[in-house]
Amino acid sequence: MDKLAVIAVDGLVFASWLFLVSAGLSLIYGVLRILNVAHGGLFAVGAYAGASLVVAYSAAGLWPLGALLALLAAAVASGLVLGLVVERGVLRWTYGREPVMQLLVTFSVFLILEDLTKLLWGVSPYYAYQPYQLLGQARVAGIDYPVYSFLLLVVAGGTGLGLWWFVRRTRFGRLVVAVIHDPEISVAMGVNLARVYVTTFTLGAVLAALGGAFTAPMISVVPGIGVEVIVLAFAVVVVGGLGSLEGAAVGALLIGLVRAAAVHLVPVLELFTIYLVMAAVLLVRPLGLFGRIEARRI
Amino acid sequence: MKSVSRLGWAGLVGVLVLAGWLLPRWLVFLLALALAKGVAVLSVVVLMRAGLVSFGQGLFFAAAAYAAGFAMRWGVRETLLLVPWSVGVAVLVGALAGLLVARYRDIFFAMLTLALSMVLYGILIKAYGVTGGSDGIRIPTPTLLGVQFSGEGARLVVYYLAVAATVVAAWTMGRYDRSPAGYLAQAVRDNELRVAYLGAPVPRVVYLGFLLSSGLAGLGGVLTALNVGHVDPGLSYWTTSGELVFIAVLGGTGSVMGPLAGAVVYELIRSYAFKYAPYAWQMMLGAAMLLIILFLPGGLWSPVERLWRRQTT
Amino acid sequence: MAEADHVRTPILEVEDLTLRFGSITAAERETVIVYPGELVGIVGPNGAGKTTFLNLITGYLRPERGKIRFWGQDVVGLSPHQITALGVGRSFQIPQLFLTLTVRENVLVALATREERWADLRRPLHEPARVQAADEVLVQFGLLAQADRPAGELPEGGRKLLDVAMAFALRPRLLLMDEPTSGVSAREKFQVMDTLVQVLREAGVTALFVEHDMEVVRRYATRVLVLSNGRILADGVPAEVLDDPEVRLAVTGRH
Repeated sequence: MDKLAVIAVDGLVFASWLFLVSAGLSLIYGVLRILNVAHGGLFAVGAYAGASLVVAYSAAGLWPLGALLALLAAAVASGLVLGLVVERGVLRWTYGREPVMQLLVTFSVFLILEDLTKLLWGVSPYYAYQPYQLLGQARVAGIDYPVYSFLLLVVAGGTGLGLWWFVRRTRFGRLVVAVIHDPEISVAMGVNLARVYVTTFTLGAVLAALGGAFTAPMISVVPGIGVEVIVLAFAVVVVGGLGSLEGAAVGALLIGLVRAAAVHLVPVLELFTIYLVMAAVLLVRPLGLFGRIEARRI
Repeated sequence: MKSVSRLGWAGLVGVLVLAGWLLPRWLVFLLALALAKGVAVLSVVVLMRAGLVSFGQGLFFAAAAYAAGFAMRWGVRETLLLVPWSVGVAVLVGALAGLLVARYRDIFFAMLTLALSMVLYGILIKAYGVTGGSDGIRIPTPTLLGVQFSGEGARLVVYYLAVAATVVAAWTMGRYDRSPAGYLAQAVRDNELRVAYLGAPVPRVVYLGFLLSSGLAGLGGVLTALNVGHVDPGLSYWTTSGELVFIAVLGGTGSVMGPLAGAVVYELIRSYAFKYAPYAWQMMLGAAMLLIILFLPGGLWSPVERLWRRQTT
Repeated sequence: MAEADHVRTPILEVEDLTLRFGSITAAERETVIVYPGELVGIVGPNGAGKTTFLNLITGYLRPERGKIRFWGQDVVGLSPHQITALGVGRSFQIPQLFLTLTVRENVLVALATREERWADLRRPLHEPARVQAADEVLVQFGLLAQADRPAGELPEGGRKLLDVAMAFALRPRLLLMDEPTSGVSAREKFQVMDTLVQVLREAGVTALFVEHDMEVVRRYATRVLVLSNGRILADGVPAEVLDDPEVRLAVTGRH
């Protein structure tokens, strides 16, 4: 019984982290129809930026909890800059080309970002444990959990609700929905496609950086952390149905819970759970849980 | 059009054979590695014929390399047994994986193949008792027709093996390109619906390409294992697969020669760049790939090919 | 005797065919029997379910109810490639070509799929016998001069012809054509149809074709089906059916 509670808590925490790191990927795919492999690089930059800002902030001896705001600021700043540069500088030249070529382009950007982090931050690890330590521990279901884990729940939930509000309740969000539905008709109706694309991509980049920044306090930030994130985020998004935010949330929840169950029940399988869930879902529903069927072509 | 003429091929093989004699040892070793990689790059190109990009060729690459490692451990040292056995294992893995992925296209195909290779990576790391974990397995020098070579001689044997394998791979690829199955693969890339409406089973067309691809990747894998004398889980890591895709784009996917030339150029540059700019190496790769995709979509070989065509027509 | 039996066996039997998408009726109790040698024109307003009818017969869509028999064999539930392999060829409203292959290669691929052994790597696509067969098809459709051009460079009329030529190269027993003359200029229309009908007659292929132009139907079809809202409104000889005021109203919206 205790085990069940532990699995539920672990699963929820992991799921909220998964949603946080995959929301941007899903959003960008939904609107631009591009699988952004550079997502992993943006995640890494966000983590490095967040870690170094937290270290600097903590050394200054100001209001301790401000370190959390430092994470947020680092994510928004690095995401904004890189999102704009990548979309305006590279991606926009590839619109209308084969999806496979676009995939390779974002893969190239990922390679560049990987070395950029090494050149900017070096190869020795960064530790930004201050926010993690500061929040301390809390006892849930008889086990001590770091409060920071629950902060992740709040951040992921806030991100999800914020996106939902943005897409469903704002004017710009409605334009985005129109573009998702049918880019050609949207253009005919006077939607400025270029603006929708650059805004969406930048927002997606900020989300990727946000995921990285809030991950930083829990890990040692080293080269190569972006690689695993791409695969994980892709799995989440595919399970939920590419381009669907609701899908990403459900996919994160499913994978989070299954992985937590594996950790506590069959530890050997832990490494494979995510791939097993992905394969199982795709075999039953090739387009993912929330995937849309294409319209008639002939 | 699709193949460089026979004369060109004969000349190239002649040059490669001579190179084994004349070039300094380290360069011969590098060339052998490049050819092994070139064969694996052809496996990526086969799938690109059908418009599919695999980010998981490391699956077959590693499967064959480890198959060779296990066979060695069981006492099989004969090259002429090791190579077919390892390629066979890779094709078997391909036959199973193909059942799962042949239905998928575009990024689904790319990422599913990636996921499969990462599953193998996980297994190779975790099953320490069998695979040696992240340390991998040592590959001793193989025999050829029962003769045990050592030192320089062994190096040369492995080099000529790589040359022979490259010829076989290129010949097979050329055959495939000219066959109905090869054209059907291109037809699938152009218009899958129409292929079905010609009465051809699209999944089987893709599956056949996938089998051929797994065999070529496996051949590249076992050659690499024999060359390096060691296998480790990194062979199945997604960056290995990504490197193969990169070389394919670099060399160009329109011909058989392009990927091979791309592999040689890549290995040469890499051996220097890795030494002098270890932290800017990937960045240079990424920038080069961007430039090629945006400005030279046919790959580095495409101007050569155009020139060749102008000369011959 | 045998010849007479052959003529009486229907090539296509559609019975009670029904399919709805939500509140839209795509096909409602459609029943048709087609005999060998017929050239059936299918007319009807936009959204009447003409393309859907072809999609159902070829297995692209699966009916909710009803039977489809080709040469007596039940084909409901088979996929397009299986139905095509049984001898049902199809061309498309928007030509479905292999744009990076040459015109000749498009036909060669079609010819190769007709053979069982397309997976045999020992024989090239451009075998002399196959190339000859492809060029014969190209001559019939007047495309030989363009044989070595990529299909993507053909003008619209040429694409339409190549699209039909590929279906025809399969030597189908039944050929379904979705608006073979759409996108072709009014002047070329009859020329294209003359070519098509002549080729079909010579090969003895039974055909159904969707068509907007009533004059084309009147001139070439031996029988006409009128579809409206997924139902078969009329079925008969063109001269009678097309002069029916009710049909005219349904199809053109005018008396």
